[in-house]
Amino acid sequence: MRFKLKVWRQKNPKTKGKLVEYQATNVSPNTSFLEMLDVVNEGLIAKGEEPIAFDSDCREGICGTCSLTINGEAHGPDHPGAACEVYMRRFKDGATIIVEPFRAKPFPLIKDLVVDRSALDRIVQAGGFVAARAGSAPEANATLVPKQDADRAMEAAACIGCGACAAACPNASAMLFTAAKVSHLAFLPQGQPERTSRVLKMVTAMDAEGFGNCTNTYECEAVCPAQISASYIAKLNREYAVASFRRKAGE
Amino acid sequence: MIGNLDARTPHGPLAQKWTNHKDHARLVAPNNRRKFEIIVVGSGLAGGSAAATLGELGYNVKCFCYQDSPRRAHSIAAQGGINAAKNYQNDGDSVFRLFYDTIKGGDFRAREANVYRLAEVSNLIIDQCVEQGVPFAREYSGLLANRSFGGAQVSRTFYARGQTGQQLLLGAYQALCRQIAAGTVKMFPQTEMLDLVLVDGHAKGIITRSLVTGKIEAHAGDAVVLATGGYGNVFYLSTNARGCNVTATYRAYKKGALFANPCFTQIHPTCIPVSGENQSKLTLMSESLRNDGRVWVPKQAGDQRPPAQIPETERDYYLERKYPSFGNLAPRDISSRAAKEVCDEGRGVGESGRGVYLDFADAIARLGESTIRERYGNLFHIYEKITGENAYRRPMRIYPAVHYTMGGLWVDYNLMSNVPGLHVIGEANFSDHGANRLGASALMQGLADGYFVLPYTLPAYLAPQIGKRPSVDRPEFREAEDDVRARTGKMLAINGTRSVDSFHRELGLLLWDKCGMARNADGLREALARIPQLREEFWRDVRVLGEGEALNQSLERAGRVADFLEFAELMCTDALSRDESCGGHFREEHQTPDGEALRDDENFADVFAWEYQGNGSVAAPKLHREQLVFETVQLTQRSYK
Ligand SMILES: Cc1cc2nc3c(=O)[nH]c(=O)nc-3n(C[C@H](O)[C@H](O)[C@H](O)COP(=O)(O)OP(=O)(O)OC[C@H]3O[C@@H](n4cnc5c(N)ncnc54)[C@H](O)[C@@H]3O)c2cc1C
Ligand code: SF4
Ligand code: FES
Repeated sequence: MRFKLKVWRQKNPKTKGKLVEYQATNVSPNTSFLEMLDVVNEGLIAKGEEPIAFDSDCREGICGTCSLTINGEAHGPDHPGAACEVYMRRFKDGATIIVEPFRAKPFPLIKDLVVDRSALDRIVQAGGFVAARAGSAPEANATLVPKQDADRAMEAAACIGCGACAAACPNASAMLFTAAKVSHLAFLPQGQPERTSRVLKMVTAMDAEGFGNCTNTYECEAVCPAQISASYIAKLNREYAVASFRRKAGE
Repeated sequence: MIGNLDARTPHGPLAQKWTNHKDHARLVAPNNRRKFEIIVVGSGLAGGSAAATLGELGYNVKCFCYQDSPRRAHSIAAQGGINAAKNYQNDGDSVFRLFYDTIKGGDFRAREANVYRLAEVSNLIIDQCVEQGVPFAREYSGLLANRSFGGAQVSRTFYARGQTGQQLLLGAYQALCRQIAAGTVKMFPQTEMLDLVLVDGHAKGIITRSLVTGKIEAHAGDAVVLATGGYGNVFYLSTNARGCNVTATYRAYKKGALFANPCFTQIHPTCIPVSGENQSKLTLMSESLRNDGRVWVPKQAGDQRPPAQIPETERDYYLERKYPSFGNLAPRDISSRAAKEVCDEGRGVGESGRGVYLDFADAIARLGESTIRERYGNLFHIYEKITGENAYRRPMRIYPAVHYTMGGLWVDYNLMSNVPGLHVIGEANFSDHGANRLGASALMQGLADGYFVLPYTLPAYLAPQIGKRPSVDRPEFREAEDDVRARTGKMLAINGTRSVDSFHRELGLLLWDKCGMARNADGLREALARIPQLREEFWRDVRVLGEGEALNQSLERAGRVADFLEFAELMCTDALSRDESCGGHFREEHQTPDGEALRDDENFADVFAWEYQGNGSVAAPKLHREQLVFETVQLTQRSYK
């Protein structure tokens, strides 16, 4: 197969970027999208041109490192899945493919297709945890957790922290990401003691990072590689409302 | 400089050693802890849990990782599960049994006392993780669920779907985030350690390069903890994440830390077969699949029929046939070699002929597709993404691939290397898995080290070190920094003709061929002749474009590959010197009549720990041996028949 690529090149945050055209030829349909970029890069190196910078690590959809917008879609056409899970057999032979970074104001660009997503870490640092000191935990089976609750917690906890939700959202909202963590811990008995303060702090941090509001476009759910359901956003809103009310009531 | 290798194993009966040791270990008082600064390199299960726990205790911690977030450490990719001796299934498990299975699984090449301690603290880990909110799988009763893993006849593996590593790591990451917010841990993401700094023979700092700005910096600490994971990527293709490397541990080795058993590498039996020459990594299909999948190949060599058309009578379920009591759950080294053997006989499946079937048809008929989907849905999904095939309808094709490295820096019972102050935890050390690691025990070890061992053993080193943290203005730091700068500059200046990846690929193929699933003296000698040539070519002809003071992914890789090119030689030297077969180290010269690994306990029941000899003469490292003392278990030929 062969493809015409238009790839976002930008040396650093200070310079202006642009789409640059490359040819990818002789591509096997069983090649992954990132491997196709590897091959293009080998060609660039051979010609003495600097290779395209793009992020990846696990290359199997779990670490959340890869972050490409392919033909306008965060993570590309093969939902649910991360960009590293896209295979060239998904594209038509001869197609033109546009490759851009994740774009959202709270994700400043570093170089080419690489962006800084540390804002997501800061949201978790604000309260996305259970304060369980090592050594202080009770026997694991002492608290029963209904299977249904454990399963729902797991569904929410599956978030890979990639930031595609914010990149796809017209408002650059990180609600799906935040909702996933708040819900995961709210479903479990271990998450109860800090439930009120957690949601308030995480939402405050999210706003402080400059992520926008949710206006129910559901673009996030559509691109989420971990299939986090947008219904968790509704849960986040409920959690937030209850927590604010409790705070006001002086609890 | 290095005398007898003393593991400093505590005295007393096996089951009492850890308790006695803790009872008498030195402590650092709470008000003194904040006077110490601990450098933790790595934020995976081992580093993340250690950094968080040390922070909780009141130490100041600096934690480093190369990814853009600590949550992305390679531990995130672990799928199947984590072992613990809870005996929730009432099937006869105990701390002793977990200890015994692990040491036997490792083909009797690990230290009894360390492995026993690991089994002992395993239960605390499950308690701790549940308390953090790790959503382990549960039964309808609300109790925790278990599954079985290879090398055991009890069901002791805890899991969170096929994403156990992800959930455990997020637990540790969240604990780490809490400490970052509290100010006890300072996190340095996208910061790669490029050298270790010794002051008066003690590990007191590291040199790092920011992967974003290229800035080279020195950091001083009272102790250094390496939790930098395994070196499987020396083979180029492996199930490890692309960035996994040997740099941190290899740099420490060059500064005097002993590297133990580097040839003990694990080839995992169930991975998706290699499909093309541009392939950049291999993908594991969790061992847990062998709970319900049956492994087979056609009885006839060259049988090209689609699997559904091959009748039962013409299939060879070779693991069930050869190992009736463990069947499809035979340990990894044994299952991998069995797969290689049937493929060597021409009975392999798939285009390349290097594959065997893992068939779920019976399990689906017995349990229904929805149960199988619930257990392994995400694995079937990954499989379909990569191969375009639906494994609910047609058996998976799998083949062994490099997965884990049992070798690592040598450490004593306190997890400290021979270099005072340098502690090594998780996959980066050599300690607990002998010559073959059992499934679901790496997650256990990483978290044991980080949550429950290092926090108790580190004070033994720290207590007398109060006030001894050097300033980064000392010449030792300046020199190390200059070295790193010079090396980086040199790589950029070569401007040769070959890309970094082309060298890495060539090295990987060579090792896979000569130092992979089966090894022999001739092949290892060939590799030992070729590696120095390749290394010389690299330093003459590599092409690294771009600049040093910016994000430069080719430069990052070049540094890692340069270290692999030296380390590979150490690995082959070790494999050649260990003139026996054991676990994953299969020397073709030493096998039983039915083709199993033949150990030589008389001569090799010890740890090989290598000391760097300087001037780039990687060829002649000095060998130190630690005799393994078995007081409790009897060395037997491993049998899973
Ligand atoms: C696909 C897969 C599935 C697995 N499944 C299981 C399983 O089901 N059960 C099980 O028990 N085990 C499993 N394992 C093994 C297990 O995941 C690993 O052994 C374990 O997670 C290693 O943890 P770690 O903390 O030692 O290292 P890692 O998680 O690899 O972390 C290494 C850390 O060090 C950092 N680092 C590395 N080099 C540098 C450097 N030079 N400078 C700065 N930072 C550096 C990295 O950024 C990272 O933070 C699996 C492994 C793989 C590959
Ligand atoms: S919610 Fe989905 S899209 Fe958003 S960060 Fe998590 S995994 Fe990525
Ligand atoms: S590289 Fe890890 S999710 Fe894509």
